[in-house]
Amino acid sequence: MTIATAPDSGVGTQPPRRRRRVPAVPLLVLVGLLVLLSALRLLTGADEISSSGTIAATLAAAVPIGLAGLGGLWSERAGVVNIGLEGMMILGTFGAGYLGFFYSPWQGVLGAAAFGAVGGLLHAIATVGFGVDHIVSGVAVNIIAAGAVQFLAVQSFTGIPGGGATQSPTIPDLPTLSVPALADPLGTVEGKGWFVVSEAAALLRALVSNLSVFTILALALFVLTWWILWRTAFGLRLRSCGENPAAAESLGVDVIRYKYVAVVISGALAGLGGGFLALVASSTFRDGQTGGRGYIGLASMIFGNWRPGGLLTGAGLFGYTDTLRLRSGGESVHALLLLVAVVLLAVAIWQWRRGERVVALVSLLIAVAAGVWFALSDQVPGDFTGMTPYVTTLLVLALASQRLRMPKADGQPYRRGSAG
Amino acid sequence: MSARLERWGLTLAAPLLALVVAVTLTSLVLLLAGDPVGAVWSEISSVPEARNLINIVNAASVYYLSAIAVAIGFRMNLFNIGVDGQYRIAAFVAAYVAGEAWLPGYLNTVLAVLAAMLVGALWAGIAGVLRVTRGVSEVISTIMLNAISTGLVAYLLRQAAPRVAGSNQIGTREIPEGSRIPGFSVGGVSTEVYGFVLVAVLVGVAYAVVLNRTRFGFALRATGQSEPAAVASGIDVRRMVLTAMLLSGAVAGLVGLPILFGGAYSYGTTFQSGLGFAGIAIALLGRNHPVGIAFGALLFAFLDEQSNPLQILLDVSPDIVTITQGTIVLAVVIAYEVVRRVMISREQRAVAAAVEPVGQGASA
Repeated sequence: MTIATAPDSGVGTQPPRRRRRVPAVPLLVLVGLLVLLSALRLLTGADEISSSGTIAATLAAAVPIGLAGLGGLWSERAGVVNIGLEGMMILGTFGAGYLGFFYSPWQGVLGAAAFGAVGGLLHAIATVGFGVDHIVSGVAVNIIAAGAVQFLAVQSFTGIPGGGATQSPTIPDLPTLSVPALADPLGTVEGKGWFVVSEAAALLRALVSNLSVFTILALALFVLTWWILWRTAFGLRLRSCGENPAAAESLGVDVIRYKYVAVVISGALAGLGGGFLALVASSTFRDGQTGGRGYIGLASMIFGNWRPGGLLTGAGLFGYTDTLRLRSGGESVHALLLLVAVVLLAVAIWQWRRGERVVALVSLLIAVAAGVWFALSDQVPGDFTGMTPYVTTLLVLALASQRLRMPKADGQPYRRGSAG
Repeated sequence: MSARLERWGLTLAAPLLALVVAVTLTSLVLLLAGDPVGAVWSEISSVPEARNLINIVNAASVYYLSAIAVAIGFRMNLFNIGVDGQYRIAAFVAAYVAGEAWLPGYLNTVLAVLAAMLVGALWAGIAGVLRVTRGVSEVISTIMLNAISTGLVAYLLRQAAPRVAGSNQIGTREIPEGSRIPGFSVGGVSTEVYGFVLVAVLVGVAYAVVLNRTRFGFALRATGQSEPAAVASGIDVRRMVLTAMLLSGAVAGLVGLPILFGGAYSYGTTFQSGLGFAGIAIALLGRNHPVGIAFGALLFAFLDEQSNPLQILLDVSPDIVTITQGTIVLAVVIAYEVVRRVMISREQRAVAAAVEPVGQGASA
């Protein structure tokens, strides 16, 4: 959405002008978002919607979603739909919990990736090796992973002080980075409540205080993924397996091997997402910790049009809505209603002018409903704030999914020699 | 017809093979965990007592309904992952309607069941509408709707439910005795078989008849097997998607009802969850076939019931059977795929052998 649209040829060479546009557009979106949030804060008085605490928490919430989405990106770019991300994340939480507690948090990071990769391998064997339907295999992986982790957790953590059948004892923390020389003055600026300036300060402050190395690792993985998939021969071949495997094979690409590699890496990345939840977000492994974040990661990848930049934006959005419910949830989500009303109103006008009358009317209806709800109440009930990320996903997909283009051979089984 | 026999043999070999693989893998996990493998299997495979048998049948009826709901979608390549959310919200509404008892006796029951089906259908319908009008994958939207229904039910429960005195449990009003569905006892055991088991059987029969004997069922299967072919023969695919989603949701609405009308009598925070995901596994296991699903449901219920005493007797977590269940599902879909490939290559060879004597001119 935020990046110039994907080239039609999919795997063709990139027009040179795109290189310059890529950094500019997300920056513009970021500034736009800050202005929007700042205006919303001044209008509604809900201070938590743009505090540095919220932004830091958003980052922490976005990392696991983003890593899961990144896993989805690898797998789907190679043509394998991966609904098993959730299961691979679950395996990752346990891998991190087990190795993190019994060995060291750094080995926990490795354990998360390794356990996730095992889930990926399982998915790869079923879908690539045996040509099983990708969704079916993914669902089975989720069931197996959830069961296996429940069983393993009981075996590993019962009887250990602080642990139990469903959770590990506290895991030591990974190191964090802080720059107090910057963080303190930024905190002062944030406290002033100036329009936009304070928001920008809050954002920077969140980036220079108590930033976990795992977060930095995750951001590095994003850049690395982009570079590998879009700037190397390996990446081009991998993506060609997702666009037209028969053509790729006729050019000598070992399609099956590329798919295996992609899905295993996909599992490792999703596992790291689970590992982040266990090691950084809560410092302990808990059963059911992922709470559907694998699926949200997949949704944010779709929202991001199968591109890393879009995926990052999507993960940020879902991370933000996920965070808001925990930070004066009722009040903050209530403020968000106004934003939803305004955005949908804009969408309604835009769609009406495009001739999509029905879409426009439905958008208008929801916009009015959100507006009325905002006007007539002070808070959103606690049970509803928990739904925010899921409702956002639905709304965003309903509005955006027509402009998206998935890899052409995504989800189709492929057998060696299909090129004929 | 030996070819036909062979095909049956291969079709039946697949689930057996899967079972063997699942048992082997589970044993491996048990070995790695240092648990007594032999004792676990002999406990699980011991002959259940009459009371346990009835529990198995009751649990299987719930699984069966859930799997049929999933299978309706599967038959046309629709993945209704949302049965879980659909049945929970429907069971809540049914419990509320039945608990308020606006109508006397069984009229009240009928009203509640209809309400559950309607709510289940509507909740699934959201995903259907999003799919046909906005192109949103039903896989993602139903998963999101699952999560949303959790919050919605929690909220509605708080609004509608009277607080039970002296406990922090909340639940809907208990269903009056005249509106409960009576069970029947078999073999003089105090545990009763849910009356709703008969409804589950009826649903299975209806599923088989509609799918195989009606025009609608044909259209549904045709859409699932080849969308272009379905469009070419005049089937309105968008309408089929929506209808299938509504039907799937309506059946999903029934899933929680055996428990509700046969034992729980009210919907509270502890109402059984996760039945929808088991339904997906069982539908895959039974290959969307009404009889196959029945076997799958019984197998899952059997494993659940037999694993219960493991914790007390052998200090092994009963969660071990979840691994077995999950592996069976994955192994069975792989096995069916392998069997399909074997059959295709056999057929190709048979055809090749049959046309060879005619000469090259005929085969070209």
